[in-house]
Amino acid sequence: MNIVVLMKQVPDTEGDRKLDPNDNTVDRAAVDPVINYIDEFAIEEGLLLKEAHGGEVTILTVGPERASESIRKALSMGADKALHVNDEGIHGSDAIATAKVLAKALESLEWDVAIAGTEATDARGSVVPALLAEILGVPQLTGARKVTIEGSTVAIERVTDVGYDKLEAQAPAVISVAEKINEPRYPSFKGIMAAKSKPVEVKSLADLGVDAGEVGLANAWSEVVSFENAPPRQAGQTVKDEGDGGVKIADYLASKKLI
Amino acid sequence: MAEVLVVVDAVDGNVKKVTFELLTAARQLGEPAAVVLGGPGAASGLKDKLAEYGAAKVYLVENEDITGYSVAPKAEALAAVAELASPAAILLSSSFENKEVAARLAVKLESGLLYDAVGVGADGVATQQIFGGAVEVTAKVRKGTPIITVRPNSVAPEPVSGAAEEVPVSVTVSEAAKAAKIVDSVVEEKGSRPQLSDASVVVSGGRGIGNADNFTIIETLADSLGAAVGASRAVVDAGWVPHTMQVGQTGVSVSPQLYIAVGISGAIQHRAGMQTSKTIVAINKDAEAPIFELADFGVVGDLFQVAPQLADEIAKRKS
Repeated sequence: MNIVVLMKQVPDTEGDRKLDPNDNTVDRAAVDPVINYIDEFAIEEGLLLKEAHGGEVTILTVGPERASESIRKALSMGADKALHVNDEGIHGSDAIATAKVLAKALESLEWDVAIAGTEATDARGSVVPALLAEILGVPQLTGARKVTIEGSTVAIERVTDVGYDKLEAQAPAVISVAEKINEPRYPSFKGIMAAKSKPVEVKSLADLGVDAGEVGLANAWSEVVSFENAPPRQAGQTVKDEGDGGVKIADYLASKKLI
Repeated sequence: MAEVLVVVDAVDGNVKKVTFELLTAARQLGEPAAVVLGGPGAASGLKDKLAEYGAAKVYLVENEDITGYSVAPKAEALAAVAELASPAAILLSSSFENKEVAARLAVKLESGLLYDAVGVGADGVATQQIFGGAVEVTAKVRKGTPIITVRPNSVAPEPVSGAAEEVPVSVTVSEAAKAAKIVDSVVEEKGSRPQLSDASVVVSGGRGIGNADNFTIIETLADSLGAAVGASRAVVDAGWVPHTMQVGQTGVSVSPQLYIAVGISGAIQHRAGMQTSKTIVAINKDAEAPIFELADFGVVGDLFQVAPQLADEIAKRKS
């Protein structure tokens, strides 16, 4: 079982995230970069599947030089190797172009399942796994709260509004996992030491055979025209409960015609 | 005037409010045409409601493969309708599944995709709020047919009458789109409460409620308002409620007319999922809690006193 985990490095959500006014893309220097929180569950799921079925876990990431820090962390959790697609031509790509790059990268690997988190905390699109399945023409098993594999059959429980759908498909398949599907492990000291010598392959667009005219800011099918930092929300009125706090809220809601 | 396709969300034969919001928004871009994607019989009973909100046409794609397989058949069916209608834009609500349908459609139509819009304008322009509402973005599709997913509660629905001429469209779902089979659909919570992601009113509980049993206080208050129930990550991490109820940077993002935060301190993780709510009310015993910085009305006090009193008061004023 060859498992590829799609990992994205994102600006830490605890920081004051910004867009870069020069080209309206995410300012990746403004805030410390971290592994996308939900991708930690994807990494853990990959490691659990490897423990159950054997094989290797490969981390695949598209990102700038600094993404290597996040790759090292994923390797220290227990992944075996990594493919880092790093090319200045990718800067400013939209989700569709990013998915095309990921698709080419996957085609350069041997894989049975590709596992992503349901969404990244920066863009929050939750579209890349679906895009990838569409581009590659492989089954899409997304929004999983449980993943099971028997032979070449991959089954998931896909979270729905009222419960879940049980889905089944044949590998190779693209999976996305929801937050809380498992408990991501912390890197052990041994894992951190071992990660230093694990192979990380770095590839460019040309290495993967991606046409540079299909990616990057200039070729994106959508663009950010302008942005404004939203004015901080103003605090309204705060009162101390004098035994009538509930009534006071009701009065307020009535004054706003909310009840 | 060019058509604007609006994908209909319906539950148990009832059109969801978000579809009326989309039909309203679509009028700015062209002539609204509703698209019903579902299994046999999915469209029955929807026509009149769609007419009330200005749908000139209703494309009906009923095919058992649409409900038998996950996501991909919907994108194929929608692509077939788009080919027929040559629309000026295609609008879907920003649910997890619809965003995936929109993504696959964008690849098929070689068209730009904008997701989580809070407003739409002519020529494929949309506004978005990113980084938990900290930044407002104006974005534009510059290739193909603009495909835009719009967040619930972004547009006030306004009725206007439409012809709702029914146009059945027959599609054959390809083998490739039948790759992820739905072998079972399990209903776990068939409550009467509205769904969190698109509710008009949300009541959420935080660590201040103390334990899982006390969560009934939140539910009682929510029921007095006909509200959906949410929770902070601390409550989910503690295992008091399922993850599907988590409001925040991860989990569900909400923008209701009214958000009531009970016993929630207002960590950045939580604020990022709710601070674009129209009106925010907070109840917390700690006067220094950051939630009060964004609350339109706050009460510093014991939630075990204030929340039940509020629920009683609302019930009293309703009767």
